[in-house]
Amino acid sequence: MPPDAGATGAPAAQATDGAVAEAIAEQVFVALADPSRRAILAELAAAGAATATDLAARLPITRQAIAKHLALLAEAGLVTAEPGERRRVRYRLRSAPMRVAQQFLAALARDWDGPLAALQNHLDREPSH
Amino acid sequence: MVFPDRIERTVEIAHPPSRVWAALTTAEGLAAWFGHEATIDLRPGGAAWMRWTDGSKVHMTVERAEEPTVFAFTWPVYGLPDGDPRRTYVEFTLEAAGPGTRLTVVESGFAQLPEDAHGKAYDGNVQGWARELAELVDYLDAA
Repeated sequence: MPPDAGATGAPAAQATDGAVAEAIAEQVFVALADPSRRAILAELAAAGAATATDLAARLPITRQAIAKHLALLAEAGLVTAEPGERRRVRYRLRSAPMRVAQQFLAALARDWDGPLAALQNHLDREPSH
Repeated sequence: MVFPDRIERTVEIAHPPSRVWAALTTAEGLAAWFGHEATIDLRPGGAAWMRWTDGSKVHMTVERAEEPTVFAFTWPVYGLPDGDPRRTYVEFTLEAAGPGTRLTVVESGFAQLPEDAHGKAYDGNVQGWARELAELVDYLDAA
C-alpha cells in the first residue's frame, strides 16, 4: 500500500486527527493575521526565548500589549512559558503547530499545472523515436 | 476537512503512453521537463533525485514502476524543513486514449500529522518540563 494518510489509523481516528490538525492550523493563521503577533513570533524565532520586557525593548509595542498577545499565543500553544532569570517568565516559540500549518500551505503551494504543461511541451518538441 | 489531503490532475497528451512513460521514468526525461538534472533507479525502493538551477534538490523513492501504466514515488512535503520525516505519495497513471495518453497524477498525504502534533503526550511533557524547571529555579533561588 502506498504510504498515504490512510495508513495510520481507523477512519474515525483520521477524522479526529484532521479536525485537530485543522484547529491547530487555524490558530496559527489567526495568530499570524495580527501584525503585532507576527512581530512577536518573528522575534522569538529569530532570537530565541525572551521575556515580555525583552520583547517590549526590542519591538515598537507596549509591554502591556505584548503581555496580552503572549497570553493569547500561549493559550493557543504557539509559545510556551518557562521560568527565566530573576523569576521572570520567558516565552519560547513552539514549532509543532507551525509545522502543521506549513503542511496545509504545502498542499496549496503544490503546483502540478506548471510541470504538466512543461511535460506536454517537452513531448511536443522532442522528435518521435 | 477543508484543506486537501490529495491533489489530482488529469491531462490529455497527444503522444503514446510509451513516450510519456519514458519522459516520466528516465533521468533524461525528468531532466527535460521537471528538474534540471535527475537520476533514477527505476524499481520499487529505488532512489531518485532531481536538482534545479537554483540549487534545490529533492530526493525521491520509487514506489511503483509498472511499465507503461503506473509510476509512483514518495518525496518530502514541499515547504517542510529538511529532515522532516513526512513524505507525500505521487502516483502517475497512464491510459491509452486513442493515439495519445490520458495522464493522471495524484499526490496524497498532505494531511499527515507530525508525531509531536498529536497533542496530549507532547504537551504534557512540555508542561512537565516547565514545572521541573520552575522547581529548579525555586531550589536555586532558595539556596
